Amino acid sequence: MSLLEVRGLKVHFPIKKGIVLERTVGAVRAVDGVDLSVERGRTLGIVGESGCGKSTLGRAVLQLEPVTEGSVVFDGEDLGTLKPAAMRAMRKRMQMVFQDPLASLDPRQSVSSVLSEPLRTHGEKGPYDKRVRELLDLVGLPSTAANRYPHEFSGGQRQRVGIARAIALNPELIIADEPVSALDVSIQAQVVNLLEELQQRLGLTYVVIAHDLAVVRHISDDIAVMYLGAVVEVAPSDSLYDEPLHPYTIALLSAIPIPDPEVEDVRERIILRGDLPSAADPPPGCRFHTRCPFRQATRCHDEVPVLREIAVAPGHQVACHWAEQVHSGAITPERAAVPAADADGAAAV
Amino acid sequence: MSVAQFEAVESSAVSPQEAAGGLGRDALRRLRRSPTAIVGAVLVTLFVLVAVFAPLLAPYEPNFQRLDLIRPGVYPGPSSEFLLGLDQLGRDELSRIIYGARYSLLIGVVSLTLGAAVGIALGLLAGAFGGWVDSLVMRIVDVMLAIPSLLLAIGVAALLGRSITSVMIAIAVVNVPIFARLLRGSMLAQRRSDYALAARSLGVPRSRIVLQHVLPNSLSPVIVQGTLALATAIIEAAGLAYLGLGSADPSIPEWGRMLADTQNSLATAPLLALWPGLAIVLSVMGFYLLGEALREALDPKLRR
Repeated sequence: MSLLEVRGLKVHFPIKKGIVLERTVGAVRAVDGVDLSVERGRTLGIVGESGCGKSTLGRAVLQLEPVTEGSVVFDGEDLGTLKPAAMRAMRKRMQMVFQDPLASLDPRQSVSSVLSEPLRTHGEKGPYDKRVRELLDLVGLPSTAANRYPHEFSGGQRQRVGIARAIALNPELIIADEPVSALDVSIQAQVVNLLEELQQRLGLTYVVIAHDLAVVRHISDDIAVMYLGAVVEVAPSDSLYDEPLHPYTIALLSAIPIPDPEVEDVRERIILRGDLPSAADPPPGCRFHTRCPFRQATRCHDEVPVLREIAVAPGHQVACHWAEQVHSGAITPERAAVPAADADGAAAV
Repeated sequence: MSVAQFEAVESSAVSPQEAAGGLGRDALRRLRRSPTAIVGAVLVTLFVLVAVFAPLLAPYEPNFQRLDLIRPGVYPGPSSEFLLGLDQLGRDELSRIIYGARYSLLIGVVSLTLGAAVGIALGLLAGAFGGWVDSLVMRIVDVMLAIPSLLLAIGVAALLGRSITSVMIAIAVVNVPIFARLLRGSMLAQRRSDYALAARSLGVPRSRIVLQHVLPNSLSPVIVQGTLALATAIIEAAGLAYLGLGSADPSIPEWGRMLADTQNSLATAPLLALWPGLAIVLSVMGFYLLGEALREALDPKLRR
């Protein structure tokens, strides 16, 4: 059984109007029907551009955002049905690492206070000094760091503190929301390596949310690609990179330059036109059809594609009506010369 | 250079002084370096010392009168016996200015404490609970904000009679919405911060998140406002007294009232208007400068 099972998860934020009498006039569909599962000890990467709902998804899994619909099942327990006290106890088993390490640490808390807080919260008796030193050691910080404050550290060191806090309670699942994107490129590799090392040592299961395809590829076993609140493709890491099936994934991967000038020159790049449509008013049918270079008349507009495994690539799920044809080359992308005008108004965004 | 070396260099950029302590010490260190803070602190300290030790510093009692030395419209100016001269009732101006500091400080501190306490309580309520509690509290605060302080002071004076207490209540009421809004806004911002979310994800109970994380991080602007509000309270107290809304007792040496009393003799004894005016300006300036310096010292964006 999977450690984490997400079924039909929806997180809609109501858009309210009026000062005294508020009424709901719509909803931002940040996460709109996501199914995922993560096996124990594995790493699932979630990629997608800004605003696609990947961070909201991560928080909703930890029940830090109100879930509109669907369920999050952790180790056989539906988190949505747990009473507050039971949920609080459950939090011990799932933790989060944040994007901005400075913002995620209380500026008035010393490192030892940051690291003993989870222990205190879950009823462990002090003194915590020994465990604090142990945690600092695990993340590669000197024990003298305990008495210092977040602003005294560099970005990479702060993120180590954030990671130490996340592993303080020996959790099983860690959701890392853009764990390295706020760090210098030179530090990113260190932190990614630390995460991998901790996974092996402590048997952790990760959900790593990122927009950096290289980071995700390096750390993930499986990757889910999100677009506008929905998962469009899920596949084992290598299979996704070698053989992307969804037009959105194909476009994303074609944006990565290849460090070989000759290949780079002749390589076909697909440039997506227009912006991400509003999550308050997603396009009908396939959400991606307003920007899709492989779009086919009527069906893409009329019918919502479901995430399905296709015959040509076992273990590889994709939400595209034409995945087989795109894969075989029967459908080719439109040239960039075609204007972005579209009846559905995506170009107007 | 290896990646590890990069990080080592980055971390060594932290100065040893800064490494020695937390945020409070950091702010204090910057305060000590700021000339604004020093001037402000000197003025404020002087003001407080004068108020506290008034009986020791003043050469005469505030109501000691030498009626024999004055005639209508003619008041003796500075002399060796009376350093700042005598007022319209033949009292020593210097002694009255010195005793006046007590009333300014008393009115300032009491009205500020009262106003800040109620304002902080309301702000805490709104900031901690949010939702309809927030809406309710903030609408009440809006109503308070809509009342002009002068009108309120007249109302309170009409209700309770003209006294220092009325002045303090009026100024306190004016301060309530300021503190409530400030703390609430600051807390709302902090509540949405990542570290509050991190605490939630750890399972820290909401009451503890609010009291231990959100509130302490929201207090900086309130502390700054407190210093500035003291300055405003002194001006307002003087203004109300000047308009005749302060204490009805002429024996009380209140700076604003002393200023008002000089109106009829401005042509013959202009210095009598200068002294209380100067006292008001210097004490208010002291608190303003200190407040501004505090604002800079506590601003996390300026932290190095």
